[in-house]
Amino acid sequence: MDGPQEKPHLLEIRGLVKAFPGVLALDGINFTLRHGEVHALLGENGAGKSTLIKALTGVHPPDAGTFLLDGVAIAPRDVADAQRLQIGTVYQEVNLLPNLTVAQNLFLGREPTRFGLVQGAQMRQLSRVLLADYGLDIDVGLPLGQYSVAVQQVVAIARAVDLSAKVLILDEPTASLDLQEVAMLFTVMRGLKARGIGIIFVTHFLDQVFAISDRITVLRNGRLVGERVTATLSRRELVGMMLGHDLAAQQKQGPADAVAAKGPALISFRKVGKRRYLEPFDLEIRPGEVVGVAGLLGSGRTETAKLAFGITRADAGTILVEGKPVHLRSPRQAVRLGFGFCPEDRKVEGIVGALSVRENIILALQARRGWLNRLSRREQQAIADRFIKLLDIRTPDADRPIEVLSGGNQQKAILARWLATEPRFLILDEPTRGIDVGAHDEIIRLIKRLRSEGLALLTISSELEEIVSYSDRIVVLRDRHHVGALTGSDVSVERIMSTIAATGADAGARAPAAPDRPLASLTLP
Amino acid sequence: MNQRFLPLIATIIVFVVGYLFCALQFNHFATLRVVMNLLTDNAFIGIIAVGMTFVILSGGIDLSVGSIIAFTTVVLAVLIGSWHVNPWVAFAMVLVLGGAFGAGMGAIIHFFQLPPFIVTLSGMFLVRGLAFVISTESIPINHPLFAQLNDIVVVVPGGSHLTLIAMVMLVVLGIGTVLAHLTRFGTNVFALGGNRVSAQLMGVPIARTTISIYALSSLLAALSGIVFSLYTAAGYALAGTGVELDTIAAVVIGGTLLSGGAGHMLGSFLGVMIEGLIQTYISFDGTLSSWWTKIAIGVLLFMFIGLQRLLTVVWAAKASAPSRPASGKAAPADAAGPRPQRA
Repeated sequence: MDGPQEKPHLLEIRGLVKAFPGVLALDGINFTLRHGEVHALLGENGAGKSTLIKALTGVHPPDAGTFLLDGVAIAPRDVADAQRLQIGTVYQEVNLLPNLTVAQNLFLGREPTRFGLVQGAQMRQLSRVLLADYGLDIDVGLPLGQYSVAVQQVVAIARAVDLSAKVLILDEPTASLDLQEVAMLFTVMRGLKARGIGIIFVTHFLDQVFAISDRITVLRNGRLVGERVTATLSRRELVGMMLGHDLAAQQKQGPADAVAAKGPALISFRKVGKRRYLEPFDLEIRPGEVVGVAGLLGSGRTETAKLAFGITRADAGTILVEGKPVHLRSPRQAVRLGFGFCPEDRKVEGIVGALSVRENIILALQARRGWLNRLSRREQQAIADRFIKLLDIRTPDADRPIEVLSGGNQQKAILARWLATEPRFLILDEPTRGIDVGAHDEIIRLIKRLRSEGLALLTISSELEEIVSYSDRIVVLRDRHHVGALTGSDVSVERIMSTIAATGADAGARAPAAPDRPLASLTLP
Repeated sequence: MNQRFLPLIATIIVFVVGYLFCALQFNHFATLRVVMNLLTDNAFIGIIAVGMTFVILSGGIDLSVGSIIAFTTVVLAVLIGSWHVNPWVAFAMVLVLGGAFGAGMGAIIHFFQLPPFIVTLSGMFLVRGLAFVISTESIPINHPLFAQLNDIVVVVPGGSHLTLIAMVMLVVLGIGTVLAHLTRFGTNVFALGGNRVSAQLMGVPIARTTISIYALSSLLAALSGIVFSLYTAAGYALAGTGVELDTIAAVVIGGTLLSGGAGHMLGSFLGVMIEGLIQTYISFDGTLSSWWTKIAIGVLLFMFIGLQRLLTVVWAAKASAPSRPASGKAAPADAAGPRPQRA
C-alpha cells in the first residue's frame, strides 16, 4: 500500500483527529512505532496522550485518521477488539481483578476446561510457566490483590502479551512503583523488545524515558511537537519540547512593578512534609507577596497547596502564622486562620454547580460563621452583588446556577468566595486553567491587585510566562521535592526550566537502570 | 493460608460451636433426626440461598425471591387444583416462568444500567401483587402426586429419614457449588463482583452473565416455591414473606462479601443451617419467643459484617504496605527476559 517498501512499520498512526465538544483534543497526529522499540509518549496535562491511546484502543473512535498495523488498516471498536487486533494495554490502575487468583486473572475467559469444568491445577501450572518467563515465582493460587502493584503490573503485561499482543501500551505503569520494581519492569520490557514487540510507554518520569526508550514523541495541546531518537536528545531539549518554549533567549519578564515585600513573614512553613507525599520544605510568605510554584505535572505542586491548606495533613514540620505555631489539621482550621484556597479542578473541587452564584460566593463565609449563625438573605445579596461588581463576574443575576457561567466567571466567583472571608493568605491552584484569553488577563490583574492590597498569595501554574509575570519569588519542584527558590532577576522562564531539567547525574541517564540508581528523580505527566 | 477462606472458616466455627452448645443444653439434639429435620425444614431457603449467592457474588441483590415462592405456590395450587393440569407440567411451567422473569430483571439491570436493588424491589412488589390477584386465600393442594413425592425418603440410621425436598436442596447445592467454583460461568460471576469495568475490559461477557445470574436466582426461587408447596401442601400469596432477607442474611453469615467478588457456596449453606439451628434451639427450649431467632440472626449478621470489614481493612493495609515479601522473589536475575511462551 505504501509502494515497494521492504517492511512496513509495526504501527503507524496518520493524521489522527479527535474533537470533543469545544476542544480539539488531537489535531492531525502522526505516530510511528517500529518493531521491537520502546517509544515514549510524553506531554503535559491535556497534551492528548490519553486521547491518543483511547483512540487507538477503540474507547474514543477517532474523527479522522488511519491506523496501520503492519501496513494493514485497522479500526478497533473497543478494548477487547483492540486486544483481538493484537494491541494490548496495561493501565496505571491495574485493570485486573484483585479478588481472583493470579492464575484466574491470567486465564480469564480462556481457562483450560474439561467437560465444562475449569482445570485448576493445569491452569496454575500454565500460569507458573508463563510467569517464570518474566522472572516471577509466586503462588498463582492466591488472590492477585495480595501482591504488590509491581507484581500486578507484570501479571497484567503477561496477560496482555499472552493474548498475543504485537503492540503493548503501558500507560504510566511505573507511577506507583519503587526503584527495584521499576528495574524489574524494565527488564520485562527489554525482554519483550527482544521479541519484536513494540511498546508505547507513557510516563511521568524523565529519567525512565532516558533509561528505557528508543524514541520519544512529544505532544502538546493536541498537536505533535516532534519525534526524536532518545540518544540524540538532551534533557533540556525535551523539557523545552514539552513546555513549549524554545531554549533560546527567554527574556525575563518578571514583575517590574514588584515592590519586594519586606518585613516579617505572615506564614512560615518549617520542614513541613508528608511521607510518600511531599518531601519536607521550608517556605515563607509575607503580606503583599506572591510566591509562585512551578514544576512539571506530578512534581508536587498541588500537594504543596494541599498541605498548606490542611486538606492533607502534614506528618512533619511546623507552621507559623505571624510567628506563632499553629495546628493545621483541616481546611476548617485553615479558614479560621484566614486562609483561602481555589482548587485546581474547579468543576470537581470548587463550584457547587447546582447552587446559585450568590450561594457559591457566600459558601466559605457562611461556613466560617457556622451554620447556626446564618447570613440573612439581604446580607448574602449585598456580598454577592459587591463581588459580582468588583470582580466583574458576568452573570445576568446572582441567582443563576453557577454551572451555566463560563469558566472564567466561575473562577472569579470562587475567588470571590474566598475574598468574602477577607483572607490573609490565598492559595490559587491553576487559577487560569481552561478559561479564555480575556478572562485570563483579568485574573492576572486581579492577582496583582490583591498583592498590592497586602494579601499573601501562593500561586501554582503550569503557564511559566504567567507565573513569572506576577511572582515575587518562585519555588521550583521536581519529583516531590522543593528543589529551588528563584528570587529577583532569577525569576524567569529560562531559570525555571533549567532548574527543572537540572539533575545530579545527567551523564548516567542513558545507562541501564540498576536498582540502586535513582530512576525516578524527575516526574513528568 | 489463603485468606479468602477466613470468613468461611469463621462460619464453620460458628456452626460447630453453635451445634455443640445446643447439644450440651438438650439431650436429643445431637441426633440424626435433628439434622434431617434441619435439612427438610430449611430446604426451601437452602435452594434460594444458592441462587442468592450467585447474585451477591456478582455484586447484586435479589429481593424478589420471597415473592416468587408465593407466586409459584399459588400458581401451582390453581393449575393443579382448579385447572387439573398434570403436576409435572405445572412444575415445568412455573420453572420456565420463573427463569424468564429473572432473565427479564437481569436484562433490565444490565441494559438500562439500573441498580439491582430497585429492579428486584419492583419485581418483588409486582410478583407478590400478582399472587394476591390470583388468590388471597390459602388454597390446599390435594393431588396424590404430592403425597407420593413426600413419601420418597431415604431412611437413615436412628429411625429418621432424608426427605425428597432435602435431597433436592442438597443436589441444588452440589450443582451450585460446582457451577460457582469450577466453571467459567462461576469465574465470570466472581469477576463481575470484583470489578465490573475490569471484567468487561478482560472480555467477560457482562450481559450474558448478568442475565444468567438473575435467571438462575429466579429459577431456583421457583424451584423453592415447588418445594415449599410440597412442604406445606398449599398455595398461599403470603408464603415466603421476608424470606429474601433471611436468605441474604444467610449468605452474608456464610462469609460472602455483600459487595461481591468473594465468598463460597458452602458458606451460604452453613449460613442457612445456622439460622435453622437457632430456630431449632428456640423450639427445643419451648419458653423463648420465636422472635429471638430474628435477634440472634441480627447479632450474627453484625458480627460477620464486622469481621468482613476488618479483614478488608487489614488486607488493604497489607497490600499498600511499603515492604512486600511477596515480590521478594520477583526480581529477575538478568536481562534474559521473557521468551516466547507456550503454544
